[in-house]
Amino acid sequence: MNTIQSENYKICFDTEAHAVEFHGSLRLNGMAEYAPIFDLLNNACALKPAQPLTLDLRQLEFLNSSGIAMLSKFVIGVRNGEVKLNVLGSTAIPWQGKSLTNLKRLMPDLTLEIRQP
Amino acid sequence: MNRIYGSYHAIENPCQEYLNLVFSPSSLPIEQRWRNNDLSAHFLADYFSTFFPVKNGDPATAQRRTEIKSAISFIANELLENAMKYCDGATDAAISLQLQLHNDYVLFVACNGVDSAQAGRFQASIVELLESDPGELFIQRLEAGSEQDDVSGLGFLTMLNDYAAELGWKFEFPEAGLETGKVTATVKIAL
Repeated sequence: MNTIQSENYKICFDTEAHAVEFHGSLRLNGMAEYAPIFDLLNNACALKPAQPLTLDLRQLEFLNSSGIAMLSKFVIGVRNGEVKLNVLGSTAIPWQGKSLTNLKRLMPDLTLEIRQP
Repeated sequence: MNRIYGSYHAIENPCQEYLNLVFSPSSLPIEQRWRNNDLSAHFLADYFSTFFPVKNGDPATAQRRTEIKSAISFIANELLENAMKYCDGATDAAISLQLQLHNDYVLFVACNGVDSAQAGRFQASIVELLESDPGELFIQRLEAGSEQDDVSGLGFLTMLNDYAAELGWKFEFPEAGLETGKVTATVKIAL
């Protein structure tokens, strides 16, 4: 599945760019509800493990702590393998500059870029 | 019997500007209630952002407003989620979230019913949180457990690490041995 969508969010896997784009607001209840997104991320990695995977969060306006946990567990799961991760955030969305740095703590080789809009 | 942890702020300071949300946890299943967290957190953040107007030609005021909205939205949402999860099925006591605007800080006061078993587990988690480096505990809790496990206390740890929040809790069980009581969490963030 390349797209997961609901009333408040849309997550798309762009296979050509090898990037997963997040749009909207994510506030699901626990890892059980985040499982489809977690699976999409892992499936994207498995598709082309030699190519860096980009997580584009620049349109993700809100993420609850369960979502932070899900992204973190994804990073923990792939950090000892071959996969390289690029994480893109935006300076226009304040939580990103604060909370995404933890992903780099979990995986120092991860590239984190908080861009101007 | 009352127990207080952390920097608990009793509602003692007079406050001219506050909003109070109160609702029953049992009138709708949690899956349907969950949708309202988005509405509530967004409303609280949007409402209080009015007090941080944007001045033409001063981008710092726009940035400040955006940051305050973001902080209120995140913290309000986390407190509502916790309240719903912790009292789900345990009690019919009302859940309340009050947000107070003071001159140099915002104070969240969240209250929900809790059973004694939940209270015990919650208190143990709070003690660990207060006795640990929050940055290290955040990483430890993420790395413990399996991929499917939910991570306890991550919302509060994020408030500490990312929003420099002061946290406190009060547990009230009116009589010893009572099965249900209530817990009040206070979260203070400087403006």
